[in-house]
Amino acid sequence: MTSPSPTVQRVLHHRLLWPVVTLVLLLALNAAFNPTFLHVEWRDGHLYGSLVDILNRAAPLVLVALGMTLVIATRGIDISVGAVVAIAAALAAALIGGSLVVKDGAAADVSRFPMWLAIAAALGAALACGLWNGLLVARIGMQPIIATLILMVAGRGIAQLITEGQIITVYYTPYFFIGGGYLLGLPFALFIAAAVFALLYLAVTRSALGLFIQSIGINPAAARLAGVKARRLTVGVYMLCAFCAGLAGLIISSNVKSADGNNAGQLLELDAILAVTLGGTSLTGGRFSLLGSVIGALIIQTLTYAIYSLGVPPEINLVVKAVVVFAVMLLQSPEFRAEMRRLVFRPAAAGGAQ
Amino acid sequence: MNTPDPPAPPPGTVLELRGIHKQFSGVPALADVQLRLRAGEIHALMGQNGAGKSTLIKVLTGVYPVDAGEMRLQGRAIRPASPLSAQRLGISTVYQEVNLCPNLSVAENIFAGRYPRRRFTRRIDWAAANRGARELLARLDVHIDVSRLLSSYPVAVQQMVAIARALGVQAKVLILDEPTSSLDEDEVDKLFEVLRRLRAEGLAILFVTHFLNQVYAVSDRITVLRNGGWVGEWTAAELGPQALISAMVGREFDMAARAGAQRPAVGADTPVLLQASGLGQRGQLQPLDLQLRAGEVMGLAGLLGSGRTEVARLLFGLARPDSGELRVDGQPVQFKAPADAVRRGLAMCPEERKTDGIVAELSVRENIALALQASLGLRRNLSRAEQTRLAEAFVKALGIKTASVETPIGLLSGGNQQKAVLARWLATQPRLLLLDEPTRGIDVAAKQEILQEILRLAGEGMSVLFISSEMDEVVRLSHRVTVLRDRRKAGELPAGCTEDEVYELIAKT
Repeated sequence: MTSPSPTVQRVLHHRLLWPVVTLVLLLALNAAFNPTFLHVEWRDGHLYGSLVDILNRAAPLVLVALGMTLVIATRGIDISVGAVVAIAAALAAALIGGSLVVKDGAAADVSRFPMWLAIAAALGAALACGLWNGLLVARIGMQPIIATLILMVAGRGIAQLITEGQIITVYYTPYFFIGGGYLLGLPFALFIAAAVFALLYLAVTRSALGLFIQSIGINPAAARLAGVKARRLTVGVYMLCAFCAGLAGLIISSNVKSADGNNAGQLLELDAILAVTLGGTSLTGGRFSLLGSVIGALIIQTLTYAIYSLGVPPEINLVVKAVVVFAVMLLQSPEFRAEMRRLVFRPAAAGGAQ
Repeated sequence: MNTPDPPAPPPGTVLELRGIHKQFSGVPALADVQLRLRAGEIHALMGQNGAGKSTLIKVLTGVYPVDAGEMRLQGRAIRPASPLSAQRLGISTVYQEVNLCPNLSVAENIFAGRYPRRRFTRRIDWAAANRGARELLARLDVHIDVSRLLSSYPVAVQQMVAIARALGVQAKVLILDEPTSSLDEDEVDKLFEVLRRLRAEGLAILFVTHFLNQVYAVSDRITVLRNGGWVGEWTAAELGPQALISAMVGREFDMAARAGAQRPAVGADTPVLLQASGLGQRGQLQPLDLQLRAGEVMGLAGLLGSGRTEVARLLFGLARPDSGELRVDGQPVQFKAPADAVRRGLAMCPEERKTDGIVAELSVRENIALALQASLGLRRNLSRAEQTRLAEAFVKALGIKTASVETPIGLLSGGNQQKAVLARWLATQPRLLLLDEPTRGIDVAAKQEILQEILRLAGEGMSVLFISSEMDEVVRLSHRVTVLRDRRKAGELPAGCTEDEVYELIAKT
């Protein structure tokens, strides 16, 4: 056996290798069954194609997964993000107003409050949700899953109070730009997700945030003793996570032109946790990868796309999704891979890896 | 020592251990240890850290198999294979931490795993369980509602429940491993009353503690271990506190023998850096006074559990004092978190390196940079190059043995981890360094290097509060030694004091 060159070694041991492999496999699967899958063309003044579509639809999940990554890195978890999505969406829609205003025989763009105010209120409400979660976890010392469970349940109620139990349909067209508009030929939602990713990436690499979050996640006692303001940081991380969920809520409600307190962002928390895990961040806290979570979110969206485009019958598509996720998880588990290697290479095991 | 035909045990002997040997991967933990417990006595098992007390108890209760030796319970040879089988034989143990289930009721805790059953249905007979629990607790003079959750009662009551659970089986021997470490004085008195009551019932009680006054308060006999070997057995009356400590530390200590002053005292004109007046925390530390001048090394001596760590925790904002005042540079301060203490120039190497010190999966570089970065805050970021330079400088200065500064710190040996934690704090250029057992569990060479570094820094004007169980280190390094006993200040000794003087203060009850 010749030993691979250092570059190959680095690639083989890179923690994002398996998430990337998984994504490429899923894309290849799509391409194999759908010849036009990789085709991207310019139409109506913007890029058009399956890949663009996947990116666009993945944007809310990417955002939520990014926030969730940092929460999980502190040894926490936030299962209230779906409810926060619903609250932000409901508040924005309610403030813009859900009635069709007709002027001179044509629909006119009239909002109850200025759109910037609606957006600010929605994001402000999301931050308040994060503050609540963070205080419960860091000040009161509740277990994160329980602390955020409260808002997960109550948040849906709050969202429905805001929408008064109805689905608010938005007719104010400027609002549609957030989740349905295009900038430079690409969906605007992509720019939001990219901007948040860039900001967070800079924050964890160019400030001490990454070091602090990791030390809190690995050994909270030691981090606190070393003078890290662990509580304050933890609260901040939960607020950041909720803020990302708020952005996702704006994108989703803008995209579907309505706010549904009951169903907006339903089960998004689970997809987000899955995306973080697929991206190679351990649920036990510590080392994390923002890029990994983005890839994880894209994996989930690509998988969803494949299930629909391959015409999997709706009644079994959740089962198919579960099976694929299970397979992906196995593939990404170093223990499972080592076990497989042992089974496959048993005769030559003497010189095996590690 | 070979005794082919042991003489018959004296009457009243319940449990007899002879020639007990136990090794852990070749390192002897117990060598030729003996122990004899008589019915109706309270027997104290004494020894320093690592003397083998816990190992002996674990061998006796079947946690570890014994390598060689003889154990006889009421004349019958026994070899318990597990704590459960020891308990069936009549040897019950109450461990240091109350290990019961706080979310179960008192009665459930007492009978967990051996609930009384109804005859035909084989269902749990709750009425019988509650009645039994009440009776067992009444034997200890504890009268509480046994159907309430254990967590609704204070630790002292939980301790009684643990004892009741141990008594539930027909116990002949009751082992208490540091039962008083989490109790306050009244609770300790209550516990002792219960122990005396059980003694009157004819139980043999083995009692492990670090509190000397407690030994003399209840014990009839004392067995001392040292370095895994048996030193002797005495009645409490014939072994005074001084003789007990001599037996524990392994040499006579003579009040007359004085080494010459090794370190001159720091002058009274040097500014006072830290001043604690009446600083205390209920149940943890009796109020004490402490004064540290710039460049002074203050030793904090005392046995394990004497309150040394509690002092450091109070000074560093890890615990909140409920009495007294703390001043730094003459200004009153209240530390809510370690970050506040760090801002005032304090630093602390904790006793538990693994749980409180290192961040195992992070690199040596990140571990060394952590405290400095924390004091700089989020935005004033040390670049990776700066961190590397910092870490490499300390790796070189302290002789930290690591493949590179990028190695996860968890992979280093204990001594090198300790040096890295020290480096983490030295990087913040502290004015006062609290060192809690900085040399525990590390090899001799690393120990010397760390001690030398401490002395060098003190020479440069840094103050040090030096906590160690190793008395020779304390007296060698310190300008002054504050001695703690039973969570209170027993006294203060000037520079040039001897180990014996320290022990004498510890032994004074």
